[in-house]
Amino acid sequence: MIRIGIDVGGTNTDAVILDGARVVAGVKAPTSGDVMTGVVEALKKALAEAGMQASQADVMMIGTTHFTNAVVQRRNLAQTACVRLCLPATASLPPMVDWPDDLRAVIGGHWWLAHGGNEFDGRRISPLDEAELVGIAAEIRAKGIASVAVSSVFSPVSDDMEREAGAIIARELPEAHVTLSSDIGRIGLLERENAAIMNACLRDLSRDVVEAFRRALAGVGFTGRFFLTQNDGTLMDAAFAERFPVLTFASGPTNSMRGAAFLSGVKDAIVVDIGGTTADVGSLQKGFPRQATVAVEVGGVRTNFRMPDVFSIGLGGGSHVLEGGARVGPTSVGYELLSKALVFGGDVLTATDIVVADGGIELGDPARVAGLAPDLVRRARDRIAEMLEDAVERARVSPEPLPVIVVGGGSIIVEKPIAGLDLIKPDHFPVANAVGAAIAQVSGEVDRVYSLSEMSRDAALADAKAQATDAAVAAGARRDSIEIVDVEDVPLAYLPGNATRVRVKAVGELNV
Amino acid sequence: MSDRDGYPLTEDDLLPLSLGAAVLGTGGGGNPHIGMLRVRELMRKGATTRIIPLDALPDDALVSEVGGIGAPLVGIEKFEQGEECLRAMRALEDFTGERFAAMISAEIGGANSMEPIITGLQAGLPVLDGDGMGRAFPEVQMTTYFIYGGKPSPAAIADEKGNTLVFRDVIDMYWLERFARDAAVAMGGAAGLATAPMRADFVRRVAVPDTVTQALTIGRTILDARKRRRNVVDRVIAATGATLCFTGKITDVRRELKGGFVRGEARIDGLGDWAGSEARIAIQNENLVLWVDGRPVVMVPDLIMNLELDTGEPITTEVLRYGQRVAVIAMPAHALMKTPEAMAVVGPQCFGYPELTFAPLAHAPVTA
Repeated sequence: MIRIGIDVGGTNTDAVILDGARVVAGVKAPTSGDVMTGVVEALKKALAEAGMQASQADVMMIGTTHFTNAVVQRRNLAQTACVRLCLPATASLPPMVDWPDDLRAVIGGHWWLAHGGNEFDGRRISPLDEAELVGIAAEIRAKGIASVAVSSVFSPVSDDMEREAGAIIARELPEAHVTLSSDIGRIGLLERENAAIMNACLRDLSRDVVEAFRRALAGVGFTGRFFLTQNDGTLMDAAFAERFPVLTFASGPTNSMRGAAFLSGVKDAIVVDIGGTTADVGSLQKGFPRQATVAVEVGGVRTNFRMPDVFSIGLGGGSHVLEGGARVGPTSVGYELLSKALVFGGDVLTATDIVVADGGIELGDPARVAGLAPDLVRRARDRIAEMLEDAVERARVSPEPLPVIVVGGGSIIVEKPIAGLDLIKPDHFPVANAVGAAIAQVSGEVDRVYSLSEMSRDAALADAKAQATDAAVAAGARRDSIEIVDVEDVPLAYLPGNATRVRVKAVGELNV
Repeated sequence: MSDRDGYPLTEDDLLPLSLGAAVLGTGGGGNPHIGMLRVRELMRKGATTRIIPLDALPDDALVSEVGGIGAPLVGIEKFEQGEECLRAMRALEDFTGERFAAMISAEIGGANSMEPIITGLQAGLPVLDGDGMGRAFPEVQMTTYFIYGGKPSPAAIADEKGNTLVFRDVIDMYWLERFARDAAVAMGGAAGLATAPMRADFVRRVAVPDTVTQALTIGRTILDARKRRRNVVDRVIAATGATLCFTGKITDVRRELKGGFVRGEARIDGLGDWAGSEARIAIQNENLVLWVDGRPVVMVPDLIMNLELDTGEPITTEVLRYGQRVAVIAMPAHALMKTPEAMAVVGPQCFGYPELTFAPLAHAPVTA
């Protein structure tokens, strides 16, 4: 089977071709402003390196950090309105109360509290008020906002009000995207609402990005199946990804960590994946990213996704070097590294320039950084080393001396062991992300209500697990590789017959 | 030690306080994160309060105990309008014609560590350094205030909608629990409860002392251990004299919402020193009993806490999930919680385990 894995980072687009478990091509191309050009270039380079036609590939998996980077850098985010159905409950904490001030400011910090919402037992906190929502929609329109997130108290238990309010807002604002919190998250109003707001503010960007992928793949003659990778390392189709860009959050880190494990053969390690703009740091246990236990922060915002316990720091090959070397990042030249960095003929001082000036690597035109003040170079180099050491120490959860696997195109800025730990740079290290995407798994999910007066809870769980397994097989997973990764049951006390909502997720290897 | 002025509570204290309160919450008590944000919002609007020692007030000053009542699962989804407890406290002032001088917590564990602080910030009153449990418990009568003779009435309960009820005559604490619980369920599973005014000399005698400061210390220990990349579970054990009882991976969590409580059970497959063993934890909002290989090892009123194995993050029962790796640690309850009078209210038989005889956890030597 021939698999193509693509990873679109802020700086580089990587492509790999796997024949079975063998990497037959691995290339990088600069990420272009329009995304598509970079994807096409990377694809063509990879196909040329492997001596193949696009039509020979069975399947293509794409991971993108576009959406995470947009939030981390506060760029390309739409002005967004959040409407919470709740009154009079929950007024003590308005939407976005726990957000960093700068991110809230970028999307406008627009929120409305409206009547509606449910009690835990399905009763209404207050009735939905259509006139109130029509009035809110008019205010949203007057502010020129076209992205709306709707949350409602206890919508994971009863989503009727959220759907009705969403329909009213969509009717009043036909141009707007509406994201419903119950489509994205689980119990925990603030975290679920945060995820819905972030999804809403990314919808303009996701439409552009997914469309760009579609055209790029058709343009090179690829005829197989096409997926995007999501935060848990599993795949989703393009139409779904366009509606739910927030589910790609942390797919990059998951892919790079699984890719790092696959390439190095090491199953327990700290993985540092350095791109052009950010470095993602996490810990690998038995070949899989360690899962976060409680709330995961993305760009400083709490969410309750099931995600790898990975954090990002604003350090990459393209990071701006500022204040005479005392500050590196978080801003970056990103995809413009090859035109803006000093060594590549530009006029912006970046982390890459520092490493070249320090003699750590030969790249571009070293003469262009020969004149940098030695003080500045030393300060910036020390600052980079300090940031990496802090990050690795933070990811260490025990004094055990685990090796550090360094992957990603920006890992040229790592010159020596970090925090005194063994350093591994596996073959194909620059394209570990794309390798991780190529080996991404397929999932099957079941989310249904069982009546426990008719069957035991164990029987209901067993039935849900069997259905999730079948769904994963139907989605293309190999049955003998399937594992149940998530089981959740929420009692719905208000329904007769001891009803329980059961959610089960099964994942397995793609069977091609 | 007994500086009667106490200390002002600042925004920097909130993260350690909420972490420490989550640990002392023994899995329940509600999510302190929400309460912490509410305190922060009030502080950022200029409200202030102080934490004062139990001996700071004149004997006849009146102390108000307020707290949220309901299921923790409700607390992370339908959190407060904001003035539920304040309305309940004011209803008691209106009813008795007397004013309160300070606030105190019923339970330091979980969200109710924050409620008296919130009301203190709103009403301009200080908060006493102590509580009625030294942990969290699911029911209103399970405080040292009631165990040692506090009056069950008058009490008041308020919801977010504007309903406020005053319980004028209640014959004992069990009736108060029943009425308050039923009212809270009718109010949507969460409400603010203010119990009967207590004299400061009574509170000084029966409250579990210094627990606000204890929660702050535990929280600072966790944050400091993380900052210094130390093993958080080890540091918490060293700082508190807790006992490590089990390590393992959660294999099943079952929950039922019954009468405003989450009741259930978690199963854990052993890892490390406990490989090959299985543990079981009974839950009623809080962790009640720990069995290892079928043998009861720790039980209420002693404290049973699940910490995430690698990060030391306290895991509350509403976020316990399949696949989590946990360290189960235990701490002995305060002596006020282990007298015969206390046992009749918070012993294992009070939670539906008549077959268990309370065997107190030995106080491990502090090895810090």
